[in-house]
Formats: sequence, C-alpha cells, structure tokens
Amino acid sequence: MPKPEEARYTKTHEWIAPGAEAAVGISDHAQHEMGDVVFVELPKVGQKLEKEKPCAVVESVKSAFDIYAPISGEVTAVNEAVVSEPALLNQSPLENGWLYKMKPSNPADAQALMDWNAYQEFVKQSVH
Amino acid sequence: MSTATTVRRTALNETMRKAGGKMVDFHGWELPIEFAGILKEHEAVRKSAGIFDVSHMGQVFVTGADAFKLLQLTNANDLRKATPGKGVYSHVTNEKAGLVDDIIAFCLAADRYLVIVNATTSTKDYEWFKTQATKMHVRVENKSDDFSMIAVQGPNVPRMFEEFAPESLKLPRFGIVEKDIMGEHCYISRTGYTGEDGFEITAPHKIIVQLWDKMMELGKPYGIVPCGLGARDTLRLESGYLLYGSDVDDVHTTYESGYGWVVSLDKGDFIGRQVLVDQKANGVKRRLTGVTLTGGVPRTGCKVFMDDKEIGELNSATYSPTLKKGIGVGYMTPPNLKPGTPLEVEIRGRRVKAEVAQVPFHKGTAFSKTLYTGK
Repeated sequence: MPKPEEARYTKTHEWIAPGAEAAVGISDHAQHEMGDVVFVELPKVGQKLEKEKPCAVVESVKSAFDIYAPISGEVTAVNEAVVSEPALLNQSPLENGWLYKMKPSNPADAQALMDWNAYQEFVKQSVH
Repeated sequence: MSTATTVRRTALNETMRKAGGKMVDFHGWELPIEFAGILKEHEAVRKSAGIFDVSHMGQVFVTGADAFKLLQLTNANDLRKATPGKGVYSHVTNEKAGLVDDIIAFCLAADRYLVIVNATTSTKDYEWFKTQATKMHVRVENKSDDFSMIAVQGPNVPRMFEEFAPESLKLPRFGIVEKDIMGEHCYISRTGYTGEDGFEITAPHKIIVQLWDKMMELGKPYGIVPCGLGARDTLRLESGYLLYGSDVDDVHTTYESGYGWVVSLDKGDFIGRQVLVDQKANGVKRRLTGVTLTGGVPRTGCKVFMDDKEIGELNSATYSPTLKKGIGVGYMTPPNLKPGTPLEVEIRGRRVKAEVAQVPFHKGTAFSKTLYTGK
C-alpha cells in the first residue's frame, strides 16, 4: 500500500496507488469527515469501472457516501476485510482499509490526478 | 458548508468547539454532531457516562390557579400523575389528535409547572398554550431564551451526583428537584433521551460553562465523554423514543405513533380526545412500526415491503451500535404487524431482508424498575 505522499488523489477524496494493479481507497480526510464507518459495499472482481462513476458505497453512522472510480479500468481484487470490519477505513484508510485493486485501462491516467501536495492544498481550500 | 446568518449558538458553543465538536446547523441551531465519534460516544453512554449540550430545548412555565386545568386540557396524558416533584411525558394534541408537540410537564408545585418542549416547536407550543388559556387564571411564559440545558446520561451518572446533588439520587424516573447551583436557581430532573439513567439540568446561561466543567470533572473517574447529536439520535432510536418532526407531527396521532400508553381517555375532556376515542374503538390504519435489517444501513425515506407489496416507509432509521445492525421506525399499513414478520427494506434500489421488531430495540438502565438511590 502507498505512503500518503506516493498516492494520487481525486477531488472526491479517493486515493489510487499508481501501477499495473492499482489499489484504491479513501483519503484520511474523507474518513475523518464521514465519521465511524459501519458498512461497505464493494464492486465485483471483473467489473469494468468508468472514471468518476460511482463504484462502491461507504456508510457511516451518519450518512451514505458514494465512492467514485478515480480512473477507468477493471476490478482485479477486493478487500473483503473491510466488509467484515468496516472500521478499518477509519483506522487505516491508506493501508488495511484499501477498497479494491484495478487494472487501469491506461496506466498513465492516475498520474494526471492530484499529487499529495496538490491534494493537501485542495483540502485546505475546500474547508475554508 | 454554508449556514444561515440567523444560526443560533448556545452558551456552550465555545466549550463545544474547544472539546473538538464538529459543529452543524441543526434546525437553525449550531450544535456538535460528534466529538470523538458516534460509536465511542454511544458506547460511553450505554456503559458509563456521557454529557450533551441540549440548550436548544425549550422551557415554558405555566403558573397560576388554572395551570393544572390548562395542561389537562392540552395534554393526552393525565397531569394528575404529575404530583409536585414529578413530571409526565405527554403529547400536546390538536383538534384532530395530531401532535402540537411531545413534551415533559413537570409539576414544581400545585400551581407551577415547567414544560420542556422541543426546540423547533417552542414558539408554536407557547402560542398554542396561550390560545387555549383564554378565560383561565394562568400565566404562560416562554423562557426558552433564558435557560441552557445539559443532559448527563449513563449508568454511572448517579454516582457522579453523590456529593454534588444527593437529593437528585432520591428522584424516581421523571422526578424533578429545584436546587441552587453556583448561586443560581436550577432544575435537576431524572430524565433523558438516551434510554439510560441520568439527569438533565436546566440552568441559567451564566453558570452553564462552569457547570459543564464541573460535570466533566465529576465524570472523569467514569470516563465521561462529550456527546453530539449523532449519538443522541442513535441512543434515542434504539430506545424507541420519538423525534418530533420525523416520527410524529401535526398529522399523526398518539395511537398511530404506538404511544397509546400516553393517552388517558378517562381523565376528562382534552383537545383531540374524540378522535382518539374513535381510533381506540375502530383501530388505526397505520402504526409506527420497528424494523431491523440483516445488512446495510437504512435511512429516512427507505421504502418497506411485505410480500412484495409496499407497506410504508421509514421515518427514522440508522445503524444501531448496540444491536450492530440497521434499525428503523416507520408508519406501516397494516398497523398490527407481529415482531418477526419478514419484510424487505429498499436501500439504493435494492431490497434488503428485514423483519418487524419489538420497540424499544434496546432497553437501557432508564427502563429498569430500580434506580440507584445512593450509598
């Protein structure tokens, strides 16, 4: 799993670890805003994902949140551990709390997303 | 997030922020939704102690020779149960037996009552009482702006009050005592919205920060934590308590809400009584019914199905930290579904297996026959 500085980020607060099989999750900022996560619905292995389209759902006690595909590709693995233990998303959003892995249609797509510094700045801006 | 410029802040606003509260706009009040997290806060209240700023709640004082008469006319419950030092949970009913509000009316003395009303309805309630009070010797005062309110909830809370307010330990559920705290006249009642034993303190703004700090200090040995609206909602829904505006309103009646025990038809006349007499005789067409789910988290508005037929939707729903599954309540037709009856709840277009559940979903220490009375 990536160090925060190595991942790429979306404006909808997902992270992706660039690579041939790219892991995807939600950012620490996202889990903090959501609060206690109690339910996770993941895509299926083999499912085709389209960039910026909803592909998973994370529910906290407060509310349900759609998770969007950071880039287009195909799901190669899902993290069953977060389904049985949703709190992993709060405890370890960038490691044990990863959601799924995907084979990018175009591996360069991830590089076009925000890097750590840009994401930090983006979060700061959106919080006011 | 943008908030209306008219958003109101309680006297504890600064204290809430300093304690790490995530502030939200709750019906025009800026209040914390959570501090350390809803699950932690919920567990603290169920197992030991938690503290809430509930200063948005309203206080209406009804005094004078006809105070009892006015409250008896406007309430479905029998105010004779509220002898001095005691309160009753009740529904203030309109002519159609819909709810003007759900309240607690405390009898401070034979001619002096404190009515705790909901934040969103305090002005409406005040106007309603005033309208019904014509030709009566009674004074109705909305003092909601003069008081703050703290709820200290959890099985260990009475132990916190051992030296601070020993008289409060003698209170039965819904009992109330007037007490000078930090030089100010306050009201301590053995009430709450969590299903656990504990107290609510109504106090003037000027001492509320000091009082909050005192509670945090007394609660320290018990691991007391500040709690927000999030935990308040999961705790109250598990306990089967109604939320005005979501579960009950001006239209749904007390019988429909499943709170028939509140209605006292034999106490004499009161507003809306005839409708309730008819509903008692003929039955209701819909009833607020509890459901539990096997997976997923239900939300307000989720449709409920039985044998593939839509039978209602959920008015309140959440994840239950105690039961570790989704729970909800909604008005269902038919009205008399037996616990265990299989249902389905639609979440994001998918039907999830559910069943009719007994409400309360969970009975905390507030439901216990014996309360802690001191060492």
